[in-house]
Amino acid sequence: MIGVEHYVVVSSILFVLGVLGIFLNRKNVIIILMAIELILLSVNLNLVAFSSFLGDLTGQIFAMFVLTVAAGEAAIGLAILVIYFRRRGTIAVDDVNRMKG
Amino acid sequence: MDFVQSFRLTAPEVLFSLSGLVLLLAAAWSRSDTSARVITWLAVAVMAVGAALVAPTLLGGASGPQTLAFSGLFAATAFAAFAKLLIIAAAAGSLVVAPAFFQRVGAYRPEYPVLVLFAVLGMCLMVSSTNLLTLYIGLELNSLAAYVLAAFLRTDDRSAEAGLKYFVLGSLASGILLFGTSLTYGFAGTIDFAGIAAALNGKISTGAIFGLVFVFAGLAFKISAVPFHMWTPDVYEGAPTPVTAFFASAPKVAALALTVIVAMTAFGHQVAAWQPIVIFAALASIVVGALGAIGQTNLKRLLAYSSINNVGFLLIGLAVATPKGVAALLTYLAIYVAMTIGGFVALLMFKGADGEPVEDLRDIAGISRHRKVLAACFAMIMFSLAGIPPLFGFWGKFVVFQAAVDAGMVALAAVGIAASVIGAFYYLKVVKVMYFDEPAMKVTGKSDWMHQALLAICALAISPAGYLLTKCLDGLSTSAAASLITP
Repeated sequence: MIGVEHYVVVSSILFVLGVLGIFLNRKNVIIILMAIELILLSVNLNLVAFSSFLGDLTGQIFAMFVLTVAAGEAAIGLAILVIYFRRRGTIAVDDVNRMKG
Repeated sequence: MDFVQSFRLTAPEVLFSLSGLVLLLAAAWSRSDTSARVITWLAVAVMAVGAALVAPTLLGGASGPQTLAFSGLFAATAFAAFAKLLIIAAAAGSLVVAPAFFQRVGAYRPEYPVLVLFAVLGMCLMVSSTNLLTLYIGLELNSLAAYVLAAFLRTDDRSAEAGLKYFVLGSLASGILLFGTSLTYGFAGTIDFAGIAAALNGKISTGAIFGLVFVFAGLAFKISAVPFHMWTPDVYEGAPTPVTAFFASAPKVAALALTVIVAMTAFGHQVAAWQPIVIFAALASIVVGALGAIGQTNLKRLLAYSSINNVGFLLIGLAVATPKGVAALLTYLAIYVAMTIGGFVALLMFKGADGEPVEDLRDIAGISRHRKVLAACFAMIMFSLAGIPPLFGFWGKFVVFQAAVDAGMVALAAVGIAASVIGAFYYLKVVKVMYFDEPAMKVTGKSDWMHQALLAICALAISPAGYLLTKCLDGLSTSAAASLITP
């Protein structure tokens, strides 16, 4: 029998993978955008699983809002990335270092 | 609760969203320099009307069920009104100084005031939230506008990089906060703050503890409290200066007010669970903010560390977890906004002969010889940030520490006061450089009259004349705190 704890474990694993994807990845910024999406999807999984097990619709409505915001966030992230690429000609994470101190 | 009443309570937010959409259309219609200026002033006028709509809520000390709109999704309490007035003042202040800054490089666009207006709308939703969903929508509305603002100077390397860094770390923070809200929802069974408080009364489950910690970590990112402060210096340095002024004031107020709401209402019965976290964040922010600023030569980075330092003092007000502590936090916030806006406007006025910004500490050496008033105002702001009497910044620190002592947290207050002495070192260093070093003669550009007027207002507010306001400020913050915490 699959209980709610299985869902929470899976979503926690996805969340940790997303966070690691942001910090360990040194290659390019697109991967960071994908990692952020992964974090938001892990949250959605959590919300929908809890909603189903609690018998309460709120979680599913919340998940809809999260999906919408995630779309807006991805759009803005890509727009900023385009501006950055036009200036610098690279999207490697290691090159994001103009400011230090 | 009928619709008419709901719309009456949300009037400022409805006004901001409708006028934001109309101004966005106007911005798409006409792209000239003049129209950008006109839209800026229209946005400021809209904010002024919004402030006029909010003010009666604060003066009336609104609290209780009659403040709830749309089936309890939104609360127009006196606490929210206090925060909204500060947010509007900070946003309008950082907006009116923007055109002169961007026009030198020909980068001013009519979208700028529209983005600020949408960010203000998001922040107003944040401080009025009564459940996790309103909280999230408000926070994202504010953050998404802020990411674009950070990258607004498209011709500048550093601005694009600041936008990118702010976006990545801000999204991570939102993700962490969201993960926390999903766990809280799962273990409390509801997203309503009052419902969460009722469900988490007494012993708290491990899952709910995880939710609480993630929510606080996400919020700590947004208020740039240590250990989640690392984005602050980079973003503040890279973003265009008017945007930095905005970041350091309005979103800080909103995120701090939101942290207070979440801590005191949703987790109001679990003070023992979050108090150690807040105390640690407060002390660590004070120390890291003070030590990190010492080696900085870029003035914007310096002010970034100063804002981390100030967030620490503000968090002491929350760590106390009493209505008095919350009132002290609100008083400090009001003074902090005046100091921050004043500091960044003074920074905007440090300009070279061609109007290029001067941001290096060495370049403002000896400006007291040829820019007496500007140097005096900046020195006053530095003294006030350091909390040296008789300037008004002292009063903010005083009420916060008094609240801590009254609640029996003498050790916390003592460490805070000791660390504020470390902080005084670099504030005084700036004053020394301005007054006693050999003149570098880099700051020779003329200032815009708008900048001068705003600096004069901020300097007046933090001067000893500010003490005339203490009674009124105390009364308002006490009634605001009382409206949030119902015994």
